[in-house]
Amino acid sequence: MTASDASLDAPLDIAELEEELEIAEARQSPWRMTVVRLFRHRLFRWGLFLFGIIIIAGVLAPLLTDISPNKISMRAKFETPSLEHLFGTDNFGRSLWSRTLWGAQLSLIIGSSVVVLNAIFGTLLGAVSGYFRRLDNPLMRMNDALMAFPAILLAIAVTAVLGPSTINVILALSVVYIPRTARIVRSSVIVLRELEYVQAAIAAGAGHSRILLRHILPNALAPLIVQLSFLFAYAVLAEATLSFLGLGAVPPTPTWGNIMAEGRQYMVEAPWIISIPGVALMITVMGLNLLGDGLRDVLDPRLRIQQ
Amino acid sequence: MTGIIVRRLLGALPVLLLVSLITFGLLRLIPGDPSAVIGGPSATAEQLEQIRINLGLNEPLPMQLVHWYAGLFQGDLGRSLLLGQPVVKATFERLPVTLGLAFYALIITLIVGLLSGIIAALRQNTWIDQLSMMTAMLGISVPNFFLGLLGIIFFAVKLGWLPTGGYVPFSEDPWQWFRSVTMPAISLAMLQMGLLARITRSTMLEVLRQDYIRTARAKGLPGRQVVLKHALANALIPITTIIGIIVSLLISGSVVIEMLFSIPGIGQLLTQAVLNRDYPMVQGGLLLTTVFLVLVNIFVDILYAFLDPRVRYDSK
Repeated sequence: MTASDASLDAPLDIAELEEELEIAEARQSPWRMTVVRLFRHRLFRWGLFLFGIIIIAGVLAPLLTDISPNKISMRAKFETPSLEHLFGTDNFGRSLWSRTLWGAQLSLIIGSSVVVLNAIFGTLLGAVSGYFRRLDNPLMRMNDALMAFPAILLAIAVTAVLGPSTINVILALSVVYIPRTARIVRSSVIVLRELEYVQAAIAAGAGHSRILLRHILPNALAPLIVQLSFLFAYAVLAEATLSFLGLGAVPPTPTWGNIMAEGRQYMVEAPWIISIPGVALMITVMGLNLLGDGLRDVLDPRLRIQQ
Repeated sequence: MTGIIVRRLLGALPVLLLVSLITFGLLRLIPGDPSAVIGGPSATAEQLEQIRINLGLNEPLPMQLVHWYAGLFQGDLGRSLLLGQPVVKATFERLPVTLGLAFYALIITLIVGLLSGIIAALRQNTWIDQLSMMTAMLGISVPNFFLGLLGIIFFAVKLGWLPTGGYVPFSEDPWQWFRSVTMPAISLAMLQMGLLARITRSTMLEVLRQDYIRTARAKGLPGRQVVLKHALANALIPITTIIGIIVSLLISGSVVIEMLFSIPGIGQLLTQAVLNRDYPMVQGGLLLTTVFLVLVNIFVDILYAFLDPRVRYDSK
């Protein structure tokens, strides 16, 4: 007798219905279960909200403002935020609304580029050194050496060598963070490599690439995703630091760090020039940190911080 | 114990070798002709040749490498183009300034981070816990230079409590030193405080769930003794391992903080060097700072082995 037959001649049994729901839920793909659990995580929702603001600002920047971020208007210098100038203007009368929005876009581009490069090369390096024991030692020694440098100092030195530009900042931050990502992938691969189902795949005659791609890497994904969400935050913060120091994208490119560096001279009379990009930066980093915490709680419960 | 110390020191050798090799390679990665970049567009052919001779770039690569290591072993990393003084001397002159600042920030980090983490764990899921974890989240999300800028506006300009920047050496006037580095140290420490509070809280929660804590409580030990002697002592062991990371983050963070508050430390030295294309200084400063951090990490490792007997027995 099926469940629907039963409901025809018996009164509704709530407990039975709930059980059915649970089974239906369990039949859904594990991905959907994960998404459901993520949305039940309060801090994850906050992270999504905060980072969502920045994504909307960055993606819709061309629609939300029709003023060029570099349009100088000496008659409208140091306007306080008002309906006419939403975020006020700076020492050249440039619209901070426009500059902050375009800055969001640049931060997102740099952050996501660093994340993508890390996902590709960090995974590649980590998987190869975790799986092939012969390569492990030389690759990881190199990794250790790169990780020994203080992050910002290495990024500064690399941009010094390559010259300041958006692409070079992306490259420098990738050089700094890829070893850290590789280390995380490697440690999961080392554990997974020894598990029985992998041994079974080897016994069944699967080749190295099949074992790595189909059996090992999908299971190493959780810690990688968590790492990448925190990495996005570090990259945005590091980029802002570099451009604040004058080592990032060349002014007048509207990056948050550049706006703050230029606004620093006028921070007492016109505090909004530094505060608006500063707060935007904080919202981005906090949003990403909350997303990372949520992902870790759901995907990788062993590393839970919020218990 | 001596065995562990020797082994850790030897284990660091390959890393140090690679670090010095990477630093050497960095100058050679400059696209095009480094001497043209250093000399600028107005440099004549003779000036460019002179720069090449000064930096040893006219020699074949293997000879450059030999000279680099020969110099390293004699403690000679070349001359700063900007300051005209030896790189090693310039670095060691500025190092105490950065270390003083970092040490001050480390002390604040340890006190505030550990205390708020422990209290949050003991009062789990109360408003105290939520408040301290929200503050920690804020701490790891605020860029340190933004915090510094806000601090200058409020505490220096509006209230006039602290100077807007500048530096007074400790040996000259300890009180003025304290005043000049307090705001930089707090801005610098914020990130690490947040990190440490979060890690302390989760480690403490883990330890507090262990059976031996229940046993200690069950046999009637006073709560304070359970927390301090049984829980905290064991929670501190994994926490020591992140001190190396904290010091590395402090040195990284001091770069922008030193620029912001005009503190003449390593960070300012290196940023000026980068902005003025003073490559030998960048190279040498980066190498010396990294070697220092490697040594800090070895020290932390040894401390860890000293605190946790299991590590000692395992590595025998």
